[in-house]
Amino acid sequence: MYRYDEFDHAFVRERVAQFRDQVRRRLSGELDEDQFKPLRLQNGVYLQLHAYMLRIAVPYGTLNPRQVRMLAHIAREYDKGYGHFTTRQNLQFNWPQLKDVPDILEKLAEVEMHCIQTSGNCIRNVTADHFAGVSADEVADPRPYAEILRQWSSLHPEFIFLPRKFKIAVTGASVDRAAIQFHDIGYQVKRNEKGELGFAAYIGGGMGRTPMLGKKIRDFLPEADLLAYSEAILRVYNMHGRRDNKFKARIKILVHESGMENIAEQVEAEFEANRGGVLQLPDEEVRRIASYFAPPKYTERPAASAALESAQRADSLFDLWVRRNVSPHRVPGYGIVTISLKPIGGVPGDATAEQLDAVADIGERYSFGEVRVSHEQNLVLPHVALDEVKPVYDALAAADLANANAGLVTDIIACPGLDYCALANARSIPVAQRISERFADSGRQEEIGDLKIKISGCINACGHHHAGHIGILGVDRKGEEFYQITLGGSGDETASIGEIVGKGFSTEEIVDAVETLVETYVAKRENAGESFLQTYRRVGPAPFKEALYGAA
Amino acid sequence: MEIITANSLKDGRVVFQTASGWTLDVDRAEVLETKEAAAAALARAQADAARNIVVEPYAIAVTRNGAGLVPTRLRERIRAEGPTTGNSKRPAPAIRGEAA
Repeated sequence: MYRYDEFDHAFVRERVAQFRDQVRRRLSGELDEDQFKPLRLQNGVYLQLHAYMLRIAVPYGTLNPRQVRMLAHIAREYDKGYGHFTTRQNLQFNWPQLKDVPDILEKLAEVEMHCIQTSGNCIRNVTADHFAGVSADEVADPRPYAEILRQWSSLHPEFIFLPRKFKIAVTGASVDRAAIQFHDIGYQVKRNEKGELGFAAYIGGGMGRTPMLGKKIRDFLPEADLLAYSEAILRVYNMHGRRDNKFKARIKILVHESGMENIAEQVEAEFEANRGGVLQLPDEEVRRIASYFAPPKYTERPAASAALESAQRADSLFDLWVRRNVSPHRVPGYGIVTISLKPIGGVPGDATAEQLDAVADIGERYSFGEVRVSHEQNLVLPHVALDEVKPVYDALAAADLANANAGLVTDIIACPGLDYCALANARSIPVAQRISERFADSGRQEEIGDLKIKISGCINACGHHHAGHIGILGVDRKGEEFYQITLGGSGDETASIGEIVGKGFSTEEIVDAVETLVETYVAKRENAGESFLQTYRRVGPAPFKEALYGAA
Repeated sequence: MEIITANSLKDGRVVFQTASGWTLDVDRAEVLETKEAAAAALARAQADAARNIVVEPYAIAVTRNGAGLVPTRLRERIRAEGPTTGNSKRPAPAIRGEAA
């Protein structure tokens, strides 16, 4: 488990005290808005449409029950009784008052949480595979490396004022659940021919107005060089990334404009100059940090659970939930439970204080005190004994959290959109709600199978629409909300950027258009095992265009 | 026809300018029929921003609807009325009370 060390304690406390004083000076007028805005952003405080918004870092998406309960407490005391999990494994509160933020930060510090580097042009919260350490297809747990990157990047003085924000993701599995090719740096833990641990490294991926897939800069970076190499990448970016144009300031543009070969040459030269220096990771330190993430004391159990199987036979809804929301665990007799925060007609990623408390209790009792946040705006209980899956389901159902739709058409990612966000051009949440209601029938959802719909309310793409099998982008067309559809995007190990299918749709038309696409897929697929993405890649956009717009 | 809007500094809430201060109720905003009136009102609002009462004031277009005022742009209608959906419609004792 993630462990705060004495350095974290000291600097988080110092930062809370510093921000308390800054808020006091702002409210008394000693600081004006121009002076205060960069300070509040460094502490995760945005001003959105209706209120301030506070973004809380959840390092690589890992939470313990005490932390989850504190989030519930803050939701009740300082917000409207709920929190919103984001596509970066963070949690946002939409309604805090500025005067209360220092108190909120102090409460977060009590449970080893903070909002540092959740905004601004710095290295943001490092994200990781939400099945880290438990998935059956993993080479090694990515979290120790995410933690090492977190320690290195926290308040790193050289990288506090980068040209633009910088996002790093790490996965240790062959199936990419962390969308590493859509990050400024993506690391995939792997072993070389000698069996040594290291990383395939990708740089220059990203979404936003200029979506790009990361390009491989290293096929194998030895484990010990993780920080020296990351620092070399950041240093080249910090020196040469564009500061003249916000829209061209990400490393993806630098890589694109300068060419990968050129950038790789500079990174390698910078790396050569520093390799073997202070940033070389001592093996014992890596092992010490890895020990924070030591697996819990699993009980020896048979691979299959008779109790689970009989409960599945007795209850078809439960059976569906197990098939969709319980994933294979690397330890026999255990499963990974996905708690879908996508009720039919609900707000993707929202959890009420009562639900957070329920998740904390269930995680404590049934998942060795561990809860994860996924970038798909769901929660995960990483270590549930198969014999206890039914009680977990019952407890989740009592909290309205037993949505049996993980990975299905109603498991939609959506950004806050124009209902909350100062940058948005169109609403996202109501579109997600209407699509979810359209496909509410669980039999129909299962028949459609794996399908990722992702919705962004503006070109900044917080809703990851570029990586959606069906992506929806809200735009403002002469004062009206309008929605562009992209097809064939994917954030997994076969990453691709969705292609615009044609002219956009009005609010009234968009749900029908999505249904048309889904029905076209069902008609065109070779068999029920061929997913939407596979069918799209096989047949191309033509049948979908024809279904939407008629024959050309 | 315009009104002046901003966010309250202390709590971030959406506020609208009246002849004598700020209100949470869009219908009570001071309606500015001319460019000159809008410019003068905005200058007053900016003075309130300088006095740390509100943040980032600006003028928005509105139309009349009976006794009420409706912002022309969807963004501003959502600011005036709150999110159109979701959990934020739950009661919020913590943020009730008068604006600055």
